[in-house]
Amino acid sequence: MSGRVVVIGVGNPLRGDDGAGPAAVEALRGRVPDDTVLTVSDGEPARMLDLWRGADTVVVVEALRARSGQPGELHTLTSEEVAGHPAGTASTHAFGLAECLALAEALDQLPQKLVVHAVEVADVALGAGLSEAVRSALPELTDRVAACVRQAYERS
Amino acid sequence: MNHRGTRVLRLDALARVEGEAALHLRVDGGTVAETRLRIYEPPRFFEALLRGRSHTEPPDITSRICGICPVAYQMSACQAIENACGVTVDGPLADLRRLLYCGEWIESHTLHIYLLHAPDFLGHADVVGLARDQRAAVERGLRLKQSGNAILEQLGGRPIHPVNVRIGGFYRTPAPQELRPLAQRLRQAREDALETVRWVAAFDFPDAVCDHDLLALRDPGHYAIDSGTPAVIAAQGGPRALREFALSDFEQHVRELQVAHSTALTATLDDRRFLTGPLARYAINGQWLHPVAAEAARDAGLGDPALGGMCDNPFRSIVVRAVEVLHAVEEALRIIDGYEQPPRPAAEVPPRRAVGAGATEAPRGLLYHRYALTEDGTLTGARIIPPTAQNQTAIEEDVRRAVQARLDRDGPDADDEELTLLCERAIRNHDPCISCSAHFLDLTVERA
Repeated sequence: MSGRVVVIGVGNPLRGDDGAGPAAVEALRGRVPDDTVLTVSDGEPARMLDLWRGADTVVVVEALRARSGQPGELHTLTSEEVAGHPAGTASTHAFGLAECLALAEALDQLPQKLVVHAVEVADVALGAGLSEAVRSALPELTDRVAACVRQAYERS
Repeated sequence: MNHRGTRVLRLDALARVEGEAALHLRVDGGTVAETRLRIYEPPRFFEALLRGRSHTEPPDITSRICGICPVAYQMSACQAIENACGVTVDGPLADLRRLLYCGEWIESHTLHIYLLHAPDFLGHADVVGLARDQRAAVERGLRLKQSGNAILEQLGGRPIHPVNVRIGGFYRTPAPQELRPLAQRLRQAREDALETVRWVAAFDFPDAVCDHDLLALRDPGHYAIDSGTPAVIAAQGGPRALREFALSDFEQHVRELQVAHSTALTATLDDRRFLTGPLARYAINGQWLHPVAAEAARDAGLGDPALGGMCDNPFRSIVVRAVEVLHAVEEALRIIDGYEQPPRPAAEVPPRRAVGAGATEAPRGLLYHRYALTEDGTLTGARIIPPTAQNQTAIEEDVRRAVQARLDRDGPDADDEELTLLCERAIRNHDPCISCSAHFLDLTVERA
């Protein structure tokens, strides 16, 4: 193992399904090698860049809103695919991963490998707790992230 | 442009502000007839969420209102509840609180300066463009921000939504040697902060004057951060005519109003438009800036804060913010140098039936909390008045003036794109922090 594997759960647990990323990271504890960095973030780019500084592999776990939504559906995206979907506005709240990756690229701070595992949201109203659809999808989401982490260790 | 017609500008999603808001602007003939800043989500939901909870919970719950300034919410909440319970937290615990708050000032202001505001002055749409053009500057900004982040992580237990704060103090206090690596980092941050003041001072600033009444805490001997008494400089009161009022009377002076166009309440101060935040703090507290920050302010053309120098150009708020970052770095170093670990991490705060208020200076301005408690500490009422709601009317007025000044100028007429940018700039001068939102990835998924 030549470098760190960092898993970042992005989201706000007080906004319903936006808490999916942090919930998945919590569920990963004990299921990935001890030196895997498990962390959560609100996605603010400067913090994201700090979290993955020096990392070989970054796995981001995100909530995803799709126009023709199917809550609970899982998506696995490469950094190139994410970079192709800027949010369109750029408040730090809409400062999405796309803008974050663009900033990292401009500063030569892109991790060697970055994968995004995302789950489609049903409800992001104020309040704690995941919707039934997202809660049901959480074990599969967590399995996918765990497998992704294992692969990162096997590669190195 | 047709001076006799009506044109309407709608900015449905303001870019590069903290949160979600929209602007509606109507020009009749050559006159700005209407500016309406529409804020989608106020902290009202949190006030309802708090009722029925324990008096120990507001610091953790309200910190979620903003991902960028959680400490401000924690500190105002702690003070309000301690005030209700008749407890004063002082000595090293108060110092540690201020240190934590300095971390937030550094982090939050630096985020605004580099990621949100500087692109306006340097002709870039966003920080990505700025990073391609001035990579060293953006790296400096991220490094400086990270030093504030490090304080939050050390004292708060984690970099976002710190968990180590409780009413009465902390769950755990650090030993002095644990803070030494921070001091080392802050010495580098001092250089970065000084360089930031010089960098922003050299920007090209549009002419503008704001004449809102100014409200900030005043804490003689200190540049107010975590404590003080509400103080007002009236716009037409002569130079530095200052008056104070008791925090317990805050809601008699600052009255919240419902307006049709925004789900957030707006506010008046003694029935007048007012501004809180860096420009107000600088006017009211400038004489207590750390000497290094005061000198940087003078060199940056802000006037002499020791002699009552004020900054009334909202576009220069970025310079005041940079000066405040430098002050916060110096203040953090001073606290770390003099820190002795307190015997207990927190004072006892036994509940009692009472109402208490607390206010601190969030990076964006005065943040007021009030809570009503029963004998067993159950919350029966909560009131949170955040800076952005207080500033909403002043921001609208600044937008109106900026657009009107442009319309009045000789030369080619402004197109919608130019006016839109001008509106956004006038709003971003105030770093409005709207509320904590969700952060999902927006994506169009093609379905088979």
